[in-house]
Amino acid sequence: MFIIGELINGMYKDIAKAIQAKDKSVIQRRALEQIEAGADALDVNCGPASKDPVNDIQWLINSIQEVTAKPIAVDSGRPQVIEAGLKVLKNKAIINSATADEEKLEPLIALAIKYNARLIGLTISKKGIPQNKDQRLELAALIIASAQGKGLPVEDLYLDPIVMPVNVAQPQMKDILESLREFKIISDPAPKTVVGLSNVSQGTCQRSLVNRTFLIMAVACGLDAAILDPLDKELVDSAITSDLILNKHIYCDSFLDAYRKK
Amino acid sequence: MTVELVKEKWSNAVATVVIGATKEEGGTRSQAVECAGEEGLPFLFAEGKITHRPVIAMEILDLEPDDWPQSLTSAIGDVIKNPVDWALKCEKEFKADLICLRLQGAHPDALNKPVDELVKTVKDVLKATAIPLIILGCGEDKRDNEILPRCAEAAKGERILIGEAVQGNYKTLTASALADGHNIIAQSPIDINIAKQLNILISDMALPLERIVINPTVGALGYGLEYAYSIMERARLAALSGDKMLAMPFICFVGLEAWRAKEAKASTEEFPAWGSQVQRGIIWEALTATTFLQAGADILVMRHPKSAEIVRKHIDELMGSLTV
Repeated sequence: MFIIGELINGMYKDIAKAIQAKDKSVIQRRALEQIEAGADALDVNCGPASKDPVNDIQWLINSIQEVTAKPIAVDSGRPQVIEAGLKVLKNKAIINSATADEEKLEPLIALAIKYNARLIGLTISKKGIPQNKDQRLELAALIIASAQGKGLPVEDLYLDPIVMPVNVAQPQMKDILESLREFKIISDPAPKTVVGLSNVSQGTCQRSLVNRTFLIMAVACGLDAAILDPLDKELVDSAITSDLILNKHIYCDSFLDAYRKK
Repeated sequence: MTVELVKEKWSNAVATVVIGATKEEGGTRSQAVECAGEEGLPFLFAEGKITHRPVIAMEILDLEPDDWPQSLTSAIGDVIKNPVDWALKCEKEFKADLICLRLQGAHPDALNKPVDELVKTVKDVLKATAIPLIILGCGEDKRDNEILPRCAEAAKGERILIGEAVQGNYKTLTASALADGHNIIAQSPIDINIAKQLNILISDMALPLERIVINPTVGALGYGLEYAYSIMERARLAALSGDKMLAMPFICFVGLEAWRAKEAKASTEEFPAWGSQVQRGIIWEALTATTFLQAGADILVMRHPKSAEIVRKHIDELMGSLTV
């Protein structure tokens, strides 16, 4: 399981404050905490309050790169902010994210190729969030075709089926899980899959339990990566154990420590 | 149409372990031996860099072995009575890359030798030879915890490889290796889960991963060779795929295992249909060794000089350095 830590996001008050005050130590500490807890990559988002996202994203990335060489997911809805981030990025890059609208997808695929980055493609379009598996697969196929057409290796593509909160879209949960499995058979080589996990528990009173349970089920459906809170120890422990059960790493009595030390 | 070979891409390399220290490095060896560091499966040069060739250590005991067949002892010669002469012959005549000194005489059921005598043997062997040294205890935990720290201390600066740490007894030896700057052998009983666990336990005591060598425990041809092979193969695949806790060199005691086999030991008179005992024993050890080379063995510990010679030639051929 490729774990992308979600905690460097201006949506969190302490991060927003650190961005405003340009206090590197807060950002660097949060980066290292997440890595120590098991994150393989870090998502970076300036948040809605940022008045100067182009500079803020660069400052965030530079601050993080001083303390770790882990991959960074540049997270923004605006391509110019993403490109600003990619320009200063020395670590491996992930673009988070493109939607399945040709006019939005194309420039981001071009950026991914230019900066040798991986790309997260959301199966969502201007028509809205898909309501069933078939709509998700249609959008996934569109993203894959577009990537292939432009020359972005499919292995560098992470498809996100858009996870809805369980209390909003309960009938869709099964479809979302099945989509993960079916994305894999659209092309050979297969694309990778990713979810923004925390959304599934939005508004519920058992967030950690809902996140954890969904993640385990998704891993069983072939999920490759997740954007999540790595400081939720039980969540990461469950992800590691799911991988263990799928024979992705070798058992030993200290398998949780062994994974985190990898 | 040309057929393109499928090439695997690996994300991790096996650690490089350095055994022996030269004068400049604080030791007295003529040169250090660098082991492993391979970036792909054995001898698949197209998949990953293989910088170091597998090496051969020749095993000597601190007492004259009483259970080795005559076909083996006679090939070694009279020096078998004296570990220092034996070591020297391994270096000069048998062209060993390393000496592996097994302190069998320390065992309470053998000679229960006093520590000072064992320390003297270690020092004498180091003085007489110039190639790097491996030191093994007698296999009895309590005695090993008594003798190995003293031997490690006596070899301080020489960056030896010392063993063996096991899951139930690793702390004393790890502390010694840390204190005296040595490498350690972590032995697991043909069990990949224990191999990984033991490496974690040892590294938790702050011994760097590149100072651990895995003894996966092997079996000779006919005695579990395939099973041992599959365990090593699985560990190596995991190591190359990113599991740092299994990405250490393998040491295989092929001499120990092969010369235990009935097929290597039984006399020609006893089994005339099996052919010459001398040839049979040599082949048994050489074949066991060459098989484990393919499973990823980085250090082969061997006993018969002829088997060692055959295997060295085979390694030359595999590494492509032999000009025929």
